[in-house]
Amino acid sequence: MGKDDVKLLSMWASPFCMRVKVALAEKEVAYEEILENDLMGGKTELLIQSNPVHKQVPVLLHDDKPVVESTNILTYIDEVWPAKPLLPTCAYGKSRARFWADYIDRKVFPAGRNIWTAKEDGQVESARKEFLDILMYLDGTLGDKDYFNGDNFGFVDILLIGLTSWFPAFEKYGGFKVEDHYPKLAAWITRSYARKTVSESLTNPEKITNFVGMMRQMYGIE
Amino acid sequence: MADEVKLYAVGGSPFVCRVKIALNLKGIEYQNFEEDLSNKSADLLKYNPVYKKVPVLVHNGKPISESLVVVEYIDDVWKGVPILPQDPYEKAVARFWAKFIDDKCIPAIFKVFGSNGDKQAISEACEQLQILENELASKGNKFFGGDNINLVDITADFLAYWLEIIEEATEIKLVTKDKFPKITEWADNFVNCQVVKEILPPREHLLAFFRKRFGKA
Repeated sequence: MGKDDVKLLSMWASPFCMRVKVALAEKEVAYEEILENDLMGGKTELLIQSNPVHKQVPVLLHDDKPVVESTNILTYIDEVWPAKPLLPTCAYGKSRARFWADYIDRKVFPAGRNIWTAKEDGQVESARKEFLDILMYLDGTLGDKDYFNGDNFGFVDILLIGLTSWFPAFEKYGGFKVEDHYPKLAAWITRSYARKTVSESLTNPEKITNFVGMMRQMYGIE
Repeated sequence: MADEVKLYAVGGSPFVCRVKIALNLKGIEYQNFEEDLSNKSADLLKYNPVYKKVPVLVHNGKPISESLVVVEYIDDVWKGVPILPQDPYEKAVARFWAKFIDDKCIPAIFKVFGSNGDKQAISEACEQLQILENELASKGNKFFGGDNINLVDITADFLAYWLEIIEEATEIKLVTKDKFPKITEWADNFVNCQVVKEILPPREHLLAFFRKRFGKA
């Protein structure tokens, strides 16, 4: 098999891009990161060509063939580089992972966004409650396991851990702490961050929180 | 060991029908449990505690929910006619289009009828549909899957059958042959596939249901 040429179009604040970086690191796949950093809408030609439908990062370019959407990219990475599988090997285990992937994708980030974009106290309170209700199911499914995947860090762990870089921002503007409500989930976050693949791939949450503060000013929320 | 396959369903749901098409494609025998959504069974609540929705497939006692997760599960477990391509890149492309239909197209279309034909909603839905139209036109195949239906065609079942019935019930026309010739042709081919035709709910029932739902009965 020829040498793989792998590029990742990404943006530093995007938790979806962080997911892909963790996955590539877990698989020990070398890649070139190409940053899309213009937040004011100036997207590069490469991004527009690679993802004409959504024009969004992350985009994985594998030998110049684009794969888009982070969960899709993770599945692709797992299939192309099968050593150290991210998904469970049995069909039922895969279906559970895909179910929770869909749940996380649909619910967590939008609920978090509702917190930091809320303008009035009442809105903040209901957004916080919704976010915590969503985490309840995740905490429940994690249970007493070390990772969502069981004994090994895997697919669902990677999908969620990227989003946790934004949790301190949600906590700040929502007035809560995840560890007060879901200590097991908080322990899982700490355990996951101890992995080099995670700590080296995730953006410092403080930088994210400052970024969210800047966006709130831009949107006239504060 | 004989497989025990149960499907918790509502016959008129396009999401349930995605699963039925997949089961039919693979020739899998199953028991159908028809749910009354205003009075959900204890089994449904047990098997899908997070969403409490249909479809739920229960295979040898183990539940799987969310229609696209179920369809992929069926493809993983039962060999025979493939629902997804073998090649990882082609698989990723198919999953992309399935998600586009599920996350963008269908919600945009629901918004049209939910808003009683609001112009902005129609314009947004047409934008999404045009992307699908262009994809069909560029590939020039009978189906999104090529000569045979695949995951993408199955995901788009709503567009092929239910959409036209809601259009008739509400008198709001979204997909015309002039505007979307490829989608129209694809829809006709799709509903005439044997494995699809066999499981589609009766048109008159859906028409009556939508007329009532959108207040035009």
